[in-house]
Amino acid sequence: MRKNAVPLSLRVPEPPARPGDKPDFSHLRLDAPGAVERPDVAAAPETMREHAFRLIRVLDDEGRAVGPWDPKLDPETLRQGLRDMVLTRTFDDRMHRAHRQGKTSFYMKCTGEEAIACAQAKVFSREDMGFPTYRQQGLLIARGYPLATMMNQIYSNAADPIKGRQLPIMYSSKEFGFFTISGNLGTQYPQAVGWAMASAYKGDDKIAVAWIGDGATAEGDFHNALTFAGVYRAPVVLNIVNNQWAISSFQGIAGGMETTFASKAIGYGLPALRVDGNDFLAVWAASQWAAERARSNLGATVIELVTYRAAQHSTSDDPSRYRPGDEWDHWPLGDPVARLKQHLIALGEWDEDRHAEAEKAAVEQVRAAAKESEAIGTLGQSRPSVKTMFEEVFASEDWRLREQRQQVGV
Amino acid sequence: MASMNMIQALNSALDAKMSEDPNVLSFGEDAGYFGGVFRVTDQLQQKHGLTRSFDAPIAEGGIAAAAIGMGVYGLRPVIEMQFADYIYPAYDQLVSEAAKIRYRSGGEFTVPITVRSPYGGGIFGGQTHSQSPESLFTHIAGLKVVIPSNPYDAKGLLIAAIEDDNPVIFFEPKRIYNGPFDGWHEKPVSPWTGHPLAEVPEGKYVEPLGKARIMREGADVTILAYGTMVWVALAGAEHAGVDAEVIDLRSLVPLDIQAIEASVKKTGRCVIVHEAPRTSGYGAELSALVQERCFHHLEAPIARVTGWDIPYPHAFEWEYFPGPQRVADALKQTMEG
Repeated sequence: MRKNAVPLSLRVPEPPARPGDKPDFSHLRLDAPGAVERPDVAAAPETMREHAFRLIRVLDDEGRAVGPWDPKLDPETLRQGLRDMVLTRTFDDRMHRAHRQGKTSFYMKCTGEEAIACAQAKVFSREDMGFPTYRQQGLLIARGYPLATMMNQIYSNAADPIKGRQLPIMYSSKEFGFFTISGNLGTQYPQAVGWAMASAYKGDDKIAVAWIGDGATAEGDFHNALTFAGVYRAPVVLNIVNNQWAISSFQGIAGGMETTFASKAIGYGLPALRVDGNDFLAVWAASQWAAERARSNLGATVIELVTYRAAQHSTSDDPSRYRPGDEWDHWPLGDPVARLKQHLIALGEWDEDRHAEAEKAAVEQVRAAAKESEAIGTLGQSRPSVKTMFEEVFASEDWRLREQRQQVGV
Repeated sequence: MASMNMIQALNSALDAKMSEDPNVLSFGEDAGYFGGVFRVTDQLQQKHGLTRSFDAPIAEGGIAAAAIGMGVYGLRPVIEMQFADYIYPAYDQLVSEAAKIRYRSGGEFTVPITVRSPYGGGIFGGQTHSQSPESLFTHIAGLKVVIPSNPYDAKGLLIAAIEDDNPVIFFEPKRIYNGPFDGWHEKPVSPWTGHPLAEVPEGKYVEPLGKARIMREGADVTILAYGTMVWVALAGAEHAGVDAEVIDLRSLVPLDIQAIEASVKKTGRCVIVHEAPRTSGYGAELSALVQERCFHHLEAPIARVTGWDIPYPHAFEWEYFPGPQRVADALKQTMEG
């Protein structure tokens, strides 16, 4: 009989800081801005494994763009990116307030993560299909989707394009390359791979883009996606938005203390880039690299975007119960809005007055949209006709639904 | 005795079993330090230790499989599926594995696990936070399925489930966690405080699985219900002014067929109420059983009041939800039939 040197014990990971503790991000693997090389887009995955452990950054502490990943964007593109992020944050604040005012049942902010969706909305086209989670509202906003239509969905009112069927923020827009959001985690990830396989099968030029959170990488669907993406060399960009928290579970519960999320790609033979997700330029450059690779028929890339969920998970959540209240203040990668603003100011292409004007314009734009949407009605005041609840279950109604609809009297 | 809502009663059941049996442990998404999104596992980690109540990765299949492995070892894990709507990635592990391991190993290996999961709608949760998937599990040989309707039963039944040597799917009607919601959604909801079934002993007690509770005795018609719908059934009977006998099944598998048979033979009429969609819902099984066993006593066709055969729609929650008006209509029709 074998005797162990020590009795076995079960390890359960714990975050470095809980409420009342001093925030601690010393575990985070960082690199200096500009320090990580940019491989050729055709590089073999096994030659670039270190990119799964490094951190691609472009903006330095003084707001300068440095190193090989600088996408060298023109000032107007940068200014538009900043305006998109400001608008997204303003929209979030307004809708969060709308929930507090009883105008809707639920809302989710993306505060602190705006650079990801706002940059990627522009790198990828709306002809490419995006398979988002619930925190990529910036994709729609940066592509100019009507804010009032988003609000109509949030209010489940008569003008809600998805007819009051889904929880608020579960948008859907084929026209804007935004696949219908599921409330079940991770399901969209392998679906994106299938969409990309179809594009390759048809000899098309479109690629797919998917997003998943750090927490949901634990789902089997994440691993299914990487297997299929690797095996079929699918033209897809697989983003992992590592915002440190999955409701109350820190990223270590999904395995983030053992290795980086980007490094999961290695086992599937896929290239991976680990990127500062609060650096608009780094997000842009890495996404562009992956898009080019996919469009060159070289297959999928996994991108881990390291960021921080500054707001609560949703309006049903209270983070003060499980993490330090001032954790975001200690987040080493800062605020994406402040960083791009600083960069534009450093370039001489922006100033405090113009920023204040942009913020004011965003508030006005959101206010006008809210006026338009709320004139139709908020949750419970207005909704699509009741008979629509029996429609589109199938392509055509069968006898059961006809009878049930008649029973409701519509 | 203490007055508890359902969340506190379930928490108390877990606490009692964890205090008594070191082989009982609890895990699930957000269920450790934070104590669960509905607070059912609140303070269990702080009281019993990190390895006895902990957070799990977002991997329902992994959670179920890990629990099965622990059960095979000899532990009695209680796992939380955050919403019943999220249980499907675990379906293979529960259906192909947990349900069948005893049988396929000739009784050599067993899976004494409890799968807790909040279910049901009426909370503006949309289609991914409102479902009632009980019939997907009652259909599986080897799984028990339990659904309490009040704090007293919730605690006694959860303790029975944990002590049971079989895998038990324990669905918690989240709409009545905080009060016995009767389906009149425009009226204020009363909390559990002061309700006789909210008087819960502090210590351990067991409510046996497979024993229904007669919530209201009556002579005219039998109503079969479980979970939230027990309260809706009572309200529907009152609204219709019918002397209904309301039976809370409490456990769907095993089913208290004697109680059902005795009641329907007495009343000669039967109305079945559940929130899940109608087609292949558990009501279909109940209806078949009543027909097979009580046919010659029936004076009217058996009626079903259920959710519609559509996904749970956010904006039409109360058109979907089989409320007391629909129960009352079915009762009146059955009385005329």
